Amino acid sequence: MTLPTVDFLLVSALLFAIGAVGVLVRKNPLIMFMAIELMWNAVNLSLVAFARQFGAVSGHIFVFVVVVAAAAEVAIGLIIIVLVFRHRDRPDVDTLNAMKG
Amino acid sequence: MANLIAVLAAVLCLFMGVVVVSAKNPMHGVIALVANFVGLGVLFLLLHAEFLAVIEVIVYAGAVMVLFLFVVALLMAGTRSPQEARSKTLPGQVALAIAVVGVFAALVVFALAVHTVLAAPPPPTTSFGSISNFGTALFTTYLLPFELTALVLLAAVIGVVFLARER
Amino acid sequence: MHSVIVLALLFPALGALLAAWIGPRLSHRLIAWICVGAVSLSFLVAVAAFVRLSGLPAAHRLIQDTLFTWNVAGGTPIHFTLLVDPISVLFMLVITGVGALIHLYSAGYMDDDEGFSRFFWQMNLFIVAMLLLVMAGNFFFLLVGWAGVGLASYFLIGFWYKRPAAVAAAKKAFVVNVVGDVALTLAIFLLFVNLGHVGYQTVFRQFSILPVATRDLVAALLFVAAAAKSAQFPLHIWLPDAMEGPTPVSALIHAATMVTAGVYLVARAFPIFGLAPSVATTIAWVGGFTALFAATIAIAQDDIKRVLAYSTVSQLGYMFMAVGTAAYAAGVFHFLTHAFFKALLFLAAGSVIHALGGEQDMWKMGGLRRTIPLTAATFLVGTLAISGIPPFAGFFSKDEILGGLLSGGQVGLWAIGTLAAGLTAFYMFRLYFVVFGGTARAPGHAHESPPVMTVPLVVLAVLSTVGGFLVLPGGYNLIESWLLPALTRFGPIPPLPPPTNWAAMAVSLAMALIGFGSAWALYGRKAPQVEPLHGPLHRLLKGKWYIDELGEWLIVRPALWLGSALERFDRKGLDVAFSRVGLLVAGWGESLRPTQSGYVRRYALGFALGVMLVVAFLSLRP
Repeated sequence: MTLPTVDFLLVSALLFAIGAVGVLVRKNPLIMFMAIELMWNAVNLSLVAFARQFGAVSGHIFVFVVVVAAAAEVAIGLIIIVLVFRHRDRPDVDTLNAMKG
Repeated sequence: MANLIAVLAAVLCLFMGVVVVSAKNPMHGVIALVANFVGLGVLFLLLHAEFLAVIEVIVYAGAVMVLFLFVVALLMAGTRSPQEARSKTLPGQVALAIAVVGVFAALVVFALAVHTVLAAPPPPTTSFGSISNFGTALFTTYLLPFELTALVLLAAVIGVVFLARER
Repeated sequence: MHSVIVLALLFPALGALLAAWIGPRLSHRLIAWICVGAVSLSFLVAVAAFVRLSGLPAAHRLIQDTLFTWNVAGGTPIHFTLLVDPISVLFMLVITGVGALIHLYSAGYMDDDEGFSRFFWQMNLFIVAMLLLVMAGNFFFLLVGWAGVGLASYFLIGFWYKRPAAVAAAKKAFVVNVVGDVALTLAIFLLFVNLGHVGYQTVFRQFSILPVATRDLVAALLFVAAAAKSAQFPLHIWLPDAMEGPTPVSALIHAATMVTAGVYLVARAFPIFGLAPSVATTIAWVGGFTALFAATIAIAQDDIKRVLAYSTVSQLGYMFMAVGTAAYAAGVFHFLTHAFFKALLFLAAGSVIHALGGEQDMWKMGGLRRTIPLTAATFLVGTLAISGIPPFAGFFSKDEILGGLLSGGQVGLWAIGTLAAGLTAFYMFRLYFVVFGGTARAPGHAHESPPVMTVPLVVLAVLSTVGGFLVLPGGYNLIESWLLPALTRFGPIPPLPPPTNWAAMAVSLAMALIGFGSAWALYGRKAPQVEPLHGPLHRLLKGKWYIDELGEWLIVRPALWLGSALERFDRKGLDVAFSRVGLLVAGWGESLRPTQSGYVRRYALGFALGVMLVVAFLSLRP
């Protein structure tokens, strides 16, 4: 039996919204970063669902590329977070506003 | 049976997502995220994306999240409290964020409910989503994007080494 | 196999290259040998061309030689073509012959100048450009030579570039000449657009098919070009200032050759002017006015070279009178004799200046006929020639022009020319008496110039004496019979009235004698120490009719005023307007500044809002 694609898309949308709220509301850079990972994966779920719907393997390839990009992003992002917050007493992105106009 | 599994996996994903973004301690967030990924892996399997399900669990839940764990341990070790301070730097940020994202989610749900034109997918061919099928596509039609992902990873490696070097 | 005439160009070109390249390391004597030799060889080529042409039947006296195709414009090839016909060969002979003598003279005159090699390569460059001007077979290379002589003239007027006056004079000459260059260029454009050719033969054959307005416009533009080069009113202002150059330059460029380029252009393009009679009449009247106008100025000048400069302007006016009334033979004849006696006068004046160590004010000279007798004698020959005293050359050529005018019914022009002739005799003898007569007005010992300078003087004096015998009253006219085949090649020309007019001759001789008599009465008999003439008219003449000042007030001042007005508009109008716009933009920027809080979460909220709007658009559209 087959599950309706729309249901998967619904889950994907909700997951994306949860991640977005996390990015916007939290101040801990690590939590924000994890929320971004949530959003990545919400999109991945959409792609896989559409690939199933249309029987297109290109959707899978796209997810693969997203995973690679996410891995690279995590590596770079984490090292930046480490460098920025290593010498601060609390990890809070609101302490950074040197780019204020 | 599949329906039940799907519902359980979806609920797990969403619940763990909420746990991630509301976690006071980032360590808890990491654990919840791993659980979320496992749930996603299940959903991928149900969608006949076998290889991606494996990738999701091994690469994401395994490798990437271990990296997260290390960094969380490194950063949080020196802080007095894992609690987030209630700063007043951005007034209205929470309310605005929930409003914007809420409208966004409502719009998507509305669109999915009203504009749904997707029929139920046809039964897949036996090989769809299998490792051999995926690999054939990756190394023939999508060879160039695949090679470029290697470049992306190389750039990331060089970038990290550059940023982390002794100054 | 090409004709040898190209060698006439190549010899001075090589001389200029050698003198410019290795000249500074050579001795003065060697440079002089190279450059004088180059021009002399060029003269031999011109003689050869002349002999060759005389050997041909009268109707076929034409050597045309296309050396290469310079460019193809719009499907029309433009060839580097040399054309030697009876008109150009006369100019070639004068340019190279008189040029060689002046080069020889310069070897002595410039010997103690540190710019010796520079002087000689520039002189040779001038010869090349001038020969190209008269030998070019089409209007395009005429323009090249035309601009080339302007450039060489600029170099040589500003030769003593450490003198501000010389630099200013060079600039003035160049600017006024460019007026003519532009006019010539426009005329060539018009011909090319309408006829598709720039070669003389084609243009002259097809010129009559053009509409009258175009013909007049082309002729008028050519006339402006000729007037600028030949210093005709009101574009004459550069020539007197050009006397800031070394005296041999004045003799070669600003008396004998370059300034006659305008006469050459009118004579060369005679089929064009023949079809534009109103322009030709204008030329004649401008020439007449210039002849009289410059003669009046020459009366009151004190600088020996300036007197000669204004007399050159005046004599060029005679030539324009002649060519303007289609008396081409008379005009070319006067060019020929004028080249002899004006070069002679300038070189003699240079000898005087040389003898007095650079003095040019004639009221500080005097009694020189005893100290430098050879110079004095040759200068007297030149004075007699230019004043029109028989049997010297000027008498014949000037009477050829005046007689033709009277016989042709141009009484007004004839009267002007005759009056100018009397003035010419007056100011030339004034010059002679003040410089050579009486007693020395300033201390110092004058000494005769070396032979290298006096030999050219003697040769030119002989030529000034016998040069007039090419044409004798009563129908014996070598010049006209020589030029006639070239002038009739493009169809018959209307017959001219006989130039010999005994009445005109008698009157002009009488005028010359009156001029001589008044000069003797005022300056010769009593030998005054200072200028005896004074009064407002004299001041007006001495101030050159204040033409320079008029130009200053009418052209230069308004241009400066316009410039400063525009500058004010730019500074107070445009600048302020633009800075207002800048301030406006800056104000907007300032009001948008709070959006750039620096907080990454705020920026992320902006992203989210944007995404939400996109999704809203996509999901809510019908």
